Amino acid sequence: MTDAGAGGALLEVRDLTVHHGQLRALTDVSLSVGAGEVQAIIGANGAGKTTLLRAICGLKAPTSGSIRFDGADVAALRTERRVAAGIVMVPEGRRLFPSLTVQENLQVGAAYARKGPWTIDRVYELFSWMPERRRQLAAQLSGGEQQAVAIGRALVANPRLLLLDELSLGLAPVVVARIYDTLPELLASGVTILLVEQDVSQALRVASRVLCLLEGRTTLAGAPAELTAAGIESAYFGLSSAAAPGAAGSAGAAQ
Amino acid sequence: MSWVNAIVQGILLGGLYALFACGLSLLFGVMKVINLAHGDLAILAGYLAVGVVAVTHLPAVWSFIVVVPLFAALGYLAQRTLIQASLSRGVLTTLLVTFGLSIVIENALQQFFSANSRSLSIGSLVSDSLHLGSLSIAYLDLVIFLVAVVVLLGLQYFLSSSRPGRLIRAVADDREAAQLAGADYRHIFGIAAAIAFATVALAGIAYGMYTSIDPTSGTTALLLLFAFEAVVIGGLGSLWGTLVGGILLGVVQQLGAQVSSSDQVIAGQLLFLLILLIRPQGITSRRTA
Repeated sequence: MTDAGAGGALLEVRDLTVHHGQLRALTDVSLSVGAGEVQAIIGANGAGKTTLLRAICGLKAPTSGSIRFDGADVAALRTERRVAAGIVMVPEGRRLFPSLTVQENLQVGAAYARKGPWTIDRVYELFSWMPERRRQLAAQLSGGEQQAVAIGRALVANPRLLLLDELSLGLAPVVVARIYDTLPELLASGVTILLVEQDVSQALRVASRVLCLLEGRTTLAGAPAELTAAGIESAYFGLSSAAAPGAAGSAGAAQ
Repeated sequence: MSWVNAIVQGILLGGLYALFACGLSLLFGVMKVINLAHGDLAILAGYLAVGVVAVTHLPAVWSFIVVVPLFAALGYLAQRTLIQASLSRGVLTTLLVTFGLSIVIENALQQFFSANSRSLSIGSLVSDSLHLGSLSIAYLDLVIFLVAVVVLLGLQYFLSSSRPGRLIRAVADDREAAQLAGADYRHIFGIAAAIAFATVALAGIAYGMYTSIDPTSGTTALLLLFAFEAVVIGGLGSLWGTLVGGILLGVVQQLGAQVSSSDQVIAGQLLFLLILLIRPQGITSRRTA
């Protein structure tokens, strides 16, 4: 289904199906993320993007399918065990600890950290405004600042795979751009990134591979260069016959 | 002068209330568990202390060395089994389960210790007192008050400044986000419960020295009610607030008793209702965004 790093993929998801009660949120979704890659999942509201990330990090138990990380099956591990293995998520809506200070939020992120290049001091270097506001409560920061702290909190755990859920949600475009500007430095430190983004152009700009979900199924997958605007549009909205349900990885659907 | 005396005695009594309320405040603040067995657990600790003294012949004052660690372990176990299981099933379930636990403890105590009342004998310490002018302050009351202040302020410091304290606050804020930081929230809940139970044990032992206890004291002595009132008056989830709440409750009760001995409890209730009316978030609580 996917071709990227089929041999040495860091994350390998196969035929993942997830239910919210009776409702099927994901149907047979497969994806493969190679080490050092940035992969983006796009799709409309309710397409199952967040559910997919939550299943990968262990906050949502799948109905069926497998999740392999670095060759090992992690589907049965609890979230905190997956963090120890190197899967760390920046959740949708940032989810900082509101009654803790900026520094305390980072300290909690570092409490169970793996060994690696990221420390609280290095996060302070990455976001230069942060040190002087480290004693402020997280709840008092602006949305963009909170997003930066949320990224910092995930980084200090020294993830091998960083899951970023809707970084741009509720933020001004300038702020979003500033946050995306930090991605190259994250990648340079050896982190692999799987992100969910509603802003398609943003996703196409940063990702080496894009996956589109529609109503819980993969409607499109491929490198940005292989995709056409029309193809993405139909996969995103499911307007034309191109978005046939179950047509996973139908990258050429637009032609 | 008798009014001054009432205020001083009220402050000291408030220390005992605050010590009682500490565990309740912590369990609610961290896990949102309202522990209806709280008063009975304190009485259970009192009885355990009586048992420890009978077996080891330690002076009663030192019984806490055995009972407090035992209760901490019990707290961790109770959280990881009973309380966690009921938490996963919803708030109402924790109420029912702790209510059931309260009945179980009372009846078990009746079964093993009979309905006779007991007390922790501490010899002359119970009647000795410090005389300041016309004021007379019992050493026991003073010691209990100081223990309460040290325990509550110490815990507040522990929560705000230590690594486990920080993790406890993080889990209380957002359990899922804490999991994403690699924290096993069930273990951290367990630690919080262990601390809460340890303070309940201290309170129970202090109460056993203060007065006599019987198996139903946990509910009939209104301990749970006073603890709840101290927590609500001070502000939910704040230990510093709980100390202030306990002391205020004690003072108002003693002032009520000064008017007429039958007005002690009702004065405390009126304060409680007044606070609910004019400052429902409690005296020390900041409104959080």
